[in-house]
Amino acid sequence: MNTRYKIFSKGCLDVIPLIIPVVPFGVIFGVIGIESGLGPTVTFLMSIIIFAGSSQLAFVQLYTGGATTPVIVSSVAIVNSRHFLYSAVIAQYLTKVKLFWKIILSYFLTDQAFIVSQKYFKEQPKNKDRHYHLLGSGFTLWFVWQLSTIAGIVLGEVIPKELNLAFAVPLTFISLIIVDIKKIDHLIVAITSGVFAIIFFNLPLRTYIIVAAAAGILVAYGMSYTKLYRK
Amino acid sequence: MIWTTLVLAGLVTFFTRFSMIALLKKDYFSPRVKIVLSYIPSAVFPAIIFPAVFLNSTGQLVFLDNPKVLAALAAVLVGYLTESVIATILSGLGVLWLLIFFI
Repeated sequence: MNTRYKIFSKGCLDVIPLIIPVVPFGVIFGVIGIESGLGPTVTFLMSIIIFAGSSQLAFVQLYTGGATTPVIVSSVAIVNSRHFLYSAVIAQYLTKVKLFWKIILSYFLTDQAFIVSQKYFKEQPKNKDRHYHLLGSGFTLWFVWQLSTIAGIVLGEVIPKELNLAFAVPLTFISLIIVDIKKIDHLIVAITSGVFAIIFFNLPLRTYIIVAAAAGILVAYGMSYTKLYRK
Repeated sequence: MIWTTLVLAGLVTFFTRFSMIALLKKDYFSPRVKIVLSYIPSAVFPAIIFPAVFLNSTGQLVFLDNPKVLAALAAVLVGYLTESVIATILSGLGVLWLLIFFI
């Protein structure tokens, strides 16, 4: 029990450096949720039910833009498709744990928890209790995410609309891809997607996001045949 | 209506994370699929960024006389130089406020 607690604590501590940018992200989400008129309950429960920052911001942006359920849900699916990779990497370390654990740990499998815990798993090939590390990193991130959302909800009630804080949504997404688009191949994919979004913006039901993502992914598929992605 | 969407979005998110852990497959994806998946943020986020920056509230394309374009450019520049999430967001908001309230 004692070693499990130690592994859990190590997970909590290891993820802390990666949490710093998560706080403003959560606060922005809370503020935007309130400014978009979702109300505190929906905004707060979204952080519990979805628990994925970019998906939540995309959800709010599309919902307030008038998108329907199928468009919102498929956009969230596309944004989240990177989790397939995390899931595939983590799966090999969780073959021995019970289904209950797999469900809990899947819920906690965020970018940040994945980064620190898969590193730990690699270093601990024989440790039977290593999954407590992911519980620690995932739970810590979850807790900070909920607190930041609440802080954002409180702030959103008092911040004047004139500040145009909704603009923080595209800015947040810029900050999430800025390192990637320093590479020419990513930049080409990004510009394709953006230009398609503008051209097809007036498609019914806000389906432009699906069209633009599809165009971007198609170009990315083309890139995978070039040498560019290795740089 | 929003609750249905919210629960479905939550389920989709959970199942992308649970997928391979449930299937117990470690090398399910070919190298090519992995490469394409690594482009997902660059392929999806601009579809949210571009309309929010370049279109006005009625959906018209506005390049000039649009404070959001300059603010986004400032954010890209600061992000490019600092690689900091916080600096990127704050610089964009700062330039937007400067243009809206003082110029």
